[in-house]
Amino acid sequence: MSEPVSPTRRNAPRLALHVPEPSYRPGDTPDFSAVRVPAAGSAPRPDSSAPASESHPLVNHLVRVLDEDGRAVGPWDPRLSPDILRKMLSDMVTVRVFDDRMYRAQRQGKTSFYMKCTGEEAIAVAAANALDRDDMCFPTYRQQGLLVARGYPLVDMMCQIYSNAGDKLHGRQLPIMYSDKPHGFFSISGNLGTQYPQAVGWAMASAIKGDSRIAMGWIGEGATAEGDFHSALTFAAVYQAPVILAVVNNQWAISSFSGIAGAEQATFAARAVGYGVAGLRVDGNDALAVYAAVQWASERARANAGPTLIEFFTYRAEGHSTSDDPTGYRPAGEAQQWPLGDPVERLKAHLVGLGEWDDERHAALVADADKNVRAAQKQAEAMGILPGQGFDRIGSMFEDVYSDTPWHLAEQRDAALGEARIYLGRDAS
Amino acid sequence: MPNKNMIEAINDAHRVTMAADPDVVVFGEDVGYFGGVFRATAGLQEQFGKTRCFDAPISEGGIIGAAVGMAAYGLRPVVEIQFADYIYPGYDQIVSEVARMRYRTAGEWTMPMVIRSPYGGGIFGGQTHSQSPEALFTHVAGLKVVIPSTPYDAKGLLIAAIEDPDPVLFFEPKRIYNGPFDGHHDRPVTPWARHPDSEVPDGHYTVPLGKARIVRPGNDLTVIAYGTMVHVALAAVEENGIDAEVIDLRTLVPLDIATIEESVKKTGRALVVQEATKTSGFGSELATLIQERCFYHLEAPVGRVTGWDTPYPHAYEWIYFPGPIRMKQALEKVMAD
Ligand SMILES: Cc1ncc(C[n+]2csc(CCOP(=O)(O)OP(=O)(O)O)c2C)c(N)n1
Repeated sequence: MSEPVSPTRRNAPRLALHVPEPSYRPGDTPDFSAVRVPAAGSAPRPDSSAPASESHPLVNHLVRVLDEDGRAVGPWDPRLSPDILRKMLSDMVTVRVFDDRMYRAQRQGKTSFYMKCTGEEAIAVAAANALDRDDMCFPTYRQQGLLVARGYPLVDMMCQIYSNAGDKLHGRQLPIMYSDKPHGFFSISGNLGTQYPQAVGWAMASAIKGDSRIAMGWIGEGATAEGDFHSALTFAAVYQAPVILAVVNNQWAISSFSGIAGAEQATFAARAVGYGVAGLRVDGNDALAVYAAVQWASERARANAGPTLIEFFTYRAEGHSTSDDPTGYRPAGEAQQWPLGDPVERLKAHLVGLGEWDDERHAALVADADKNVRAAQKQAEAMGILPGQGFDRIGSMFEDVYSDTPWHLAEQRDAALGEARIYLGRDAS
Repeated sequence: MPNKNMIEAINDAHRVTMAADPDVVVFGEDVGYFGGVFRATAGLQEQFGKTRCFDAPISEGGIIGAAVGMAAYGLRPVVEIQFADYIYPGYDQIVSEVARMRYRTAGEWTMPMVIRSPYGGGIFGGQTHSQSPEALFTHVAGLKVVIPSTPYDAKGLLIAAIEDPDPVLFFEPKRIYNGPFDGHHDRPVTPWARHPDSEVPDGHYTVPLGKARIVRPGNDLTVIAYGTMVHVALAAVEENGIDAEVIDLRTLVPLDIATIEESVKKTGRALVVQEATKTSGFGSELATLIQERCFYHLEAPVGRVTGWDTPYPHAYEWIYFPGPIRMKQALEKVMAD
């Protein structure tokens, strides 16, 4: 055992390690009054081609457009048409309904795993609507809204979740780790943070080729602690890559609160300052603010004015995944106390306020989304659910490791087919 | 035909591919304006412009991560990791991303890229400039691993690697950049200029990946080596007067098993040689494969020559490096058994 205090330094004050703790634990009553929520419309909007430094006061602010009454106020109001507002609302509702159905499917044993984005729907949906259709997205696992907003078939998403015969990824990826090049959705990795420098690299390539498409990458606030976050920002800054880098700060990384990733000392948006890239901190539950911020950053990227780091301030309303029980580490009902409200309700209130929406139409929208999701689920399940998969096309397991199948994989494929023959009592393909 | 050393041959391979394909981009630490600390990319920026060949921040994870994005876009990145010892900060991107992208996307996204890196010891580089990490990559499904041993092969293999649809790790034995090293630390190295394998044709040619080369035909023993060890093995075979067949693998993955199998079945004896540390090295894989496929043809246990299982010691590298004495002992043992 080593001496706890060095004898030669007995007069020096004893050092203490600071281990951040969230304000509330299970059993406590959550109170978010300490979360500073500036008034909607109070954040100034610099010109999108202004020097990065002009955005830096905003890294400690919060870009908000929708006020408490659902009115769009201030310079960041993107002044969207009712049609696009309704589309965003519809996309967000679809995502929520989809999440609920798939969560239930997992609980019913139809698949192994699922991850919801409840409370964060505005981030992916509004971003997708603000980007051009051919811009490339490098998402994490909570951006299913990108696919929904870009019209990717729900059936295809579900087939991936079920790893069934309709799964274009041949049952190789964990559920929700979608990939779809035509919809500008890069393959999701289970290794946190890896997509961040990849987004920058894609954007650099676009600039090298004199293209006009830009890239957008997403990361959770927890994963900003990974080295990849920092290398991405370095590369983005050095090469002034036409990229938008989003940090989704939903307060929790499984059971670790945002302080464990450094939130006590600085906002995540503030990390932009040190890299000299533009930075914005945005109300992530305000679809209009999300849209406006992504639009601003994309104008900037398209004008060769450089990358933007955007922190979307939000709250993970549900568990981390189907494998997580959040009541073990945070108070129940925290999500309901979250001062930025629910993104779906806020956008709905806005449309109602404009006279472009009402409860009746909303109920019809939800019913319609439910019908579509159920129909897709039926169609997907007709192609199989996870239990029972993995017995057809066993040989496909050995494909795509390389462009051609080398001898050792061919030998192993034959061995696996031999095993399968014994296991199944019939020839497998 | 012009004589080139290995660096010049590698430089030439870059030029040929960059000229032929505008999607080939080259980047890495110090590779742009200066042309690389070993000068492998010298003059490329001048010739092709700074968006085709440029300096990167000291961030191997960033270099590989950006290359993934570029390959996803449709470019063919060729990146230099300044020393193989520094590939570890980029390891996750290589192993979890580059290697698996084709598989996990069922071919939707492919990763045609080359990761070049000088590797190996014998240059008094100490523990952080001497490692041979190839086995850490041959263990990973989805990567190809190439190691040339001559200027001719270096150019032809690098062009093939850049044109290959799969990601290739291209490890360059830096000990033989300027001339073949036979393991005798006390002897001067003959420059490549006086070696037939340094005749490097101008323009485009390839040495196919996955094809080994029989460097020296023989009947009594098969010695399997790659990189610098090809030259060490050749010298040892000659010095000990053994009629050995020496095979230069050139590509570790995919491996040319047919050439190995045919040779071992003919000679009945095998010795595998690697510069890397012993335990779990690529030589262990070779020995197992030979045992699995040629057991009834073997007249002796498969021999193994390797570095020691220690980090690379600076002042003791002459005794760490698998050289003439270790080779001689191993050759004698396999021949006597
Ligand atoms: C490199 C790596 N380390 C750990 C994990 C396990 N893991 C999966 S999600 C997660 C938390 C991520 O939190 P955050 O980045 O905040 O994203 P969120 O889930 O809140 O959206 C962890 C630790 C992983 N997937 N990859």
